[in-house]
Amino acid sequence: MKQDVNHFTLPNGLTILAERMDHVRSATVSFLIPGGCSYDPPDQLGMGAILAEMLSRGAGERDAEQLSLAFDRLGVDHGETVGLLNMGLFGGTLARNVPFALELFADMVLRPTLPEEELESVQSLLIQDLQGLEDSPQDKVMIELRKRYYPSPLNRDRCGSEEGIEAVTIASLRNHHRKQLRPNGTILSIAGNIDWSLIRDKAEELFGNWPMAEVTKNTPTDCVPTSEHLHKDTQQTQIAIAFPSVPMSHPAYFAARGAVGVLSSSGMSSRLFTEVREKRGLCYSVYASHETLKDRGTIYACAGSRAERAQETLDVMLAELRRLKDGVEIDEIDRMRASLKTSLIMQQESTSARAGAIARDWYHLGRVRSFDETQREIDGLNVSAVLDYASAFPFETPTLVTLGPAPLVLPA
Amino acid sequence: MPFHTHRLANGLQIIGETIPTARSVGVGFFVNTGSRDETTPVSGVSHFLEHMLFKGTPRRTALDVNLHFDRIGASYNAYTSEEATVFYAAVLPEYLATAVDILADILRPSLREEDFETEKKVILEEIGMYEDMPSFAAGEYAKKIYYADHPLGNTILGSSQSIIDLTRDQMLGYFNSRYTAPNILVSVAGQFDWPEFIAMIETQCGHWPSDAAVRENLLAVPGAGGNHRMAKEGVAQEHVMLFSPGPAAEDPLRYAAATLALAIGDDTGSRFYWELIHPGHAESAGCSIDQSQQSGTTGSSFSCEPTQAAENLEIMLRVLAEVQKNSITADELDQAKSKISSRIVRHSERPMGRMRSIASAWIYNGEYHDIDVELNRFESVSLEDIRKVLERFPLTDTTVVAYGPTEVEA
Repeated sequence: MKQDVNHFTLPNGLTILAERMDHVRSATVSFLIPGGCSYDPPDQLGMGAILAEMLSRGAGERDAEQLSLAFDRLGVDHGETVGLLNMGLFGGTLARNVPFALELFADMVLRPTLPEEELESVQSLLIQDLQGLEDSPQDKVMIELRKRYYPSPLNRDRCGSEEGIEAVTIASLRNHHRKQLRPNGTILSIAGNIDWSLIRDKAEELFGNWPMAEVTKNTPTDCVPTSEHLHKDTQQTQIAIAFPSVPMSHPAYFAARGAVGVLSSSGMSSRLFTEVREKRGLCYSVYASHETLKDRGTIYACAGSRAERAQETLDVMLAELRRLKDGVEIDEIDRMRASLKTSLIMQQESTSARAGAIARDWYHLGRVRSFDETQREIDGLNVSAVLDYASAFPFETPTLVTLGPAPLVLPA
Repeated sequence: MPFHTHRLANGLQIIGETIPTARSVGVGFFVNTGSRDETTPVSGVSHFLEHMLFKGTPRRTALDVNLHFDRIGASYNAYTSEEATVFYAAVLPEYLATAVDILADILRPSLREEDFETEKKVILEEIGMYEDMPSFAAGEYAKKIYYADHPLGNTILGSSQSIIDLTRDQMLGYFNSRYTAPNILVSVAGQFDWPEFIAMIETQCGHWPSDAAVRENLLAVPGAGGNHRMAKEGVAQEHVMLFSPGPAAEDPLRYAAATLALAIGDDTGSRFYWELIHPGHAESAGCSIDQSQQSGTTGSSFSCEPTQAAENLEIMLRVLAEVQKNSITADELDQAKSKISSRIVRHSERPMGRMRSIASAWIYNGEYHDIDVELNRFESVSLEDIRKVLERFPLTDTTVVAYGPTEVEA
């Protein structure tokens, strides 16, 4: 498959990646900056979320309104969010507007005003975001699972806490911006109908003088994952389970993806969907997914069932996960490969999908994985790869968090 | 982009847009039936039927349907709205024939009794899941209040009781009356061969029944008016919706109305953003138009801390009154158009996006327009058009519906 990817790392450590897609008119710009919520000061959890929101409230010569106008005039749909490991800035627009969009992003990253008078509004906004989680049980159960599964600070949620949000001051915010938003470790990726030399020159011009900063560590402490039931008077009980897996950089990564494919992501003929929903009618939503951090990976399995049926749902899910190691049909592997292949090809129709994919590749692997290489990995998946994975990373000792009217029992 | 149309002898309509640079193809079967076509005893039947189409045919069991889709790596799904039930798949070009074979097959389902009883449980689970999402429950309640007795206010999911009571025979009766060839559109976009596609559809669907289906209650709805609130135990935030009449799907003013709604309530840079989100008064706030056949609404909404709701409602009503009186500025109009055109271009880059756009244009207006025509229509929206929208669809004709915790008085 034809692919046109370029990369360049500036002396200050900023890496620029660009994938040219000449069959589209648009482009997506994406920044991954090493300032995720795992770097929030422990007494000010929510700092990263506040910073992400404040970046757009004035930057360079423009105040909040002028900055918003500038983006809107270019037709750039933009967002600033904080994740666990990185802060993300992104924007989608017509390809010809990318150089101007980069100027605006540069202002936000390098010269945000961070106006003191806006801090209270942002704190109020984020506290309401936190409150809104209580009305989203499917999101809430995942956050509570991660909190108990991962060691600190990897177990944090970007929303922070009410105390943490309120403890942030303009001084601590500006300090956090100086410390965490740095070029060394930042990945700028662009995908779309762009010109590489133009983009590279522009990025160099805008970010070449960004001073490097000390690399901060978020060394995880030791912890033992704990299961817990959280009470809520809802119609359904939400079930969320975590198992140890491998990160993207691990040789068994595609085998892990294959296992999740057989269990869930190949479509409605996958095991969990078939056994829990199709055959027994136990739920509407049931799925498994893979998550990768830099140094570790996790497989999740989730479902929601009416309280009186939730135990059976949990039992069936765990039985399916455990029985994976006992055998996989060739047809299941073929279906899993077909779904991965379709995803790979359809990704090429989306500038945001490609901008995200090349940035993730670089973050985890230090290089962009070509379509051909990915296709080879997919083609190389077979029954033994998945069975070997299921033996090496068994679905035993689940960490379980439930949210609903009554607790569930983990079978022995 | 080359556009094609063809009508089968039995009345089934086929449309397609060839996109030479596409790497995939999207295909959809659009059945002109939804919750607005239901009577009270069969409330939820359109949506339950949508589920049942995946549960098997004379040639395929439920598992076969899933296996066959998954073997070709199809990305597939279906949805039910007030007006349409849609079954679609995105596949690599070499699998189009198989995708069509499966889709056409499931459009004549067996509705086996055992599958019916099992899937009934899934629907009840889905109802439970949405009941646990206050923002969704708020929308359902608001819709019911606004439309009163008009079927556009019908719940799509049905109630637990109506689903429990529903029989397989009732579903079959509904299917026979609604899933007829003249009531179905097949849309395709991306990488495909048109003559081959017609031949596929002719073979698979040529024998489908040709009786016409009728849609009743094709009147514009003025809206119930008034202020309403529902309180529920355990809800954390206040969810407030304001509806007023808007342009129907056939109305030429729909472009101006969509642009106006964006200027009022887009996620960034809109009136609601500056007045409600930016100062931290509400967690979310928006404005959009919803278009149906012969009827439409303009809807504004916000979610916030319950003690903040009364003040936020005042702010929202004030903004709407302001715009009603003085319209929006030329700058606001330009910014809205800039955003829209960027979004249209990006949305059109996936075959599935185009497949759905062309279907919508055909179903409601019997027309086709390529991307550049679509962009042009938005580009030519003028302040005069905005004034016409405000005249015909006053933003101040609101029905206000709130949904929040029992612990706080409205």
